[in-house]
Amino acid sequence: MTDLWDGLSRAFWLVATLDAELSEIALRSLQVSLGALLVGSAIALPLAALLAVRRFRARRAVIAVLNALMGLPPVVVGLVVYVLLSRSGPFGVLGLLFTPTAMVIAQVIIIVPLIASIAHQSLRDLWAEYHDLLISMNVTQTQKIATLLWDARRALLTASLAGFGRAIGEVGAIMIVGGNIDHATRVLTTAIALETGKGDFALALALGFILIALAIFVNLTIHWLGRTEREGRW
Amino acid sequence: MSDMFPLSVKGAKTSRRGKVLVGPVDLELDGQGTCVVIGPNGAGKTSLLRLLHGAARLNSGQINWACSTEAAHHDQTFVFQRPVMLRRSVEDNLIYPLRMRGMARKQAKALAADWAERVGLQDMLRRPAPVLSGGEQQKLALARALIVAPKLVFLDEPCASLDGRAMREIEEILQEARAGGTRLILSTHDMGQAKRLADTVVFMFQGQVHEHSPAEPFFAQPETSRAAAFLRGDIVE
Ligand SMILES: Nc1ncnc2c1ncn2[C@@H]1O[C@H](COP(=O)(O)OP(=O)(O)OP(=O)(O)O)[C@@H](O)[C@H]1O
Ligand SMILES: [Mg+2]
Repeated sequence: MTDLWDGLSRAFWLVATLDAELSEIALRSLQVSLGALLVGSAIALPLAALLAVRRFRARRAVIAVLNALMGLPPVVVGLVVYVLLSRSGPFGVLGLLFTPTAMVIAQVIIIVPLIASIAHQSLRDLWAEYHDLLISMNVTQTQKIATLLWDARRALLTASLAGFGRAIGEVGAIMIVGGNIDHATRVLTTAIALETGKGDFALALALGFILIALAIFVNLTIHWLGRTEREGRW
Repeated sequence: MSDMFPLSVKGAKTSRRGKVLVGPVDLELDGQGTCVVIGPNGAGKTSLLRLLHGAARLNSGQINWACSTEAAHHDQTFVFQRPVMLRRSVEDNLIYPLRMRGMARKQAKALAADWAERVGLQDMLRRPAPVLSGGEQQKLALARALIVAPKLVFLDEPCASLDGRAMREIEEILQEARAGGTRLILSTHDMGQAKRLADTVVFMFQGQVHEHSPAEPFFAQPETSRAAAFLRGDIVE
């Protein structure tokens, strides 16, 4: 119990004094996860819409695979990305290993199935509703997808935020591909793992509380941004 | 008038999971006036309209427009029995088909304001379409179908949940469109409406077109005994 209290007060002081090192890793956590959120959504949302709109033979299989990939073990993803990006790997020349970019790549792979699966469910329902009308209006495939994405944007926001939550709390994959290097690739989760390993539970807990606060803050901000354009409830 | 007619339908049939919904249908439609489709529930009115519109799969037979099928589809719209509302404002619903056809937003909005006025929705432009009442949704669906100035409009029971006044307003709009040269194919259960609007009548029964005749002789003396029974209000079997 004392550890918890120590952690809380440590967290308070770290934030109150705007601790430079803390700011740096918190900011990096935010950058990496927001980067993964953006790239992941840009891939997952159109993919989900395409799966809702197009009837091709492998559709069911793709959806099943996507659902299964939601449970992808991050450590394995990290390992695979590590091998691909390592100097002897196919993308070794890019020199991305142990950079924030590598961490974004790993997180994108982890959250795309999650975002796509959740998004697909709401897009599929919306498509069932719109199907007859849009077919009757002879709209193009691209227009269908754009219409669905726009009209389901609230549900899609939730899907993307679920992806963000997964990304910012993830440690296994980014530890491997990022390497937890001080001033380069250290983020909140990897720092927590490090401090826990060193036995500094109070500091680890402090970082944990800050992580949670950060996640809540981002969720609220994005929801609030989504709400500012008021158009009633659906 | 419109170059998509005459429409010639030969042995057209659509089925779903082995069950024939409508057909085989033989039908010739020329380019003028309003064609009213009547018949008991489940007779296949909706299915026939969808089949002609290209929204139901043509399993056998032919549907030949005077122009290419593609061009024909571009010039026709459909008002569904249950209106489909886009989850957008009334105005955005109205401009949607215009925007999809590439019209500039400003021009589309001007047209939308005009049509909202015509169907009496001018005070609800900003309101989300899904929260409109059933009758308002039907009016919106109608305006959204007519706003692109189609040559042919299918209307599947467009006045099903409207009160007398709204029905009169809608019928006025339909007559106006008809006078402007738009071909209307409309299904209804309201014989009063059928008599008011019809130039020709298609009587459907059990997935078949039983009769297709000009309105006046049809209502005076239908050719088939089933149609006669239906008009008398008997249960048709
Ligand atoms: N998608 C479908 N799958 C299976 N059966 C269908 C489908 N759509 C329609 N049917 C059946 O086809 C028949 C004709 O239906 P349709 O909707 O065309 O009738 P309708 O004349 O429009 O009836 P109503 O006056 O009640 O609107 C009905 O028996 C209906 O149950
Ligand atoms: Mg019907």
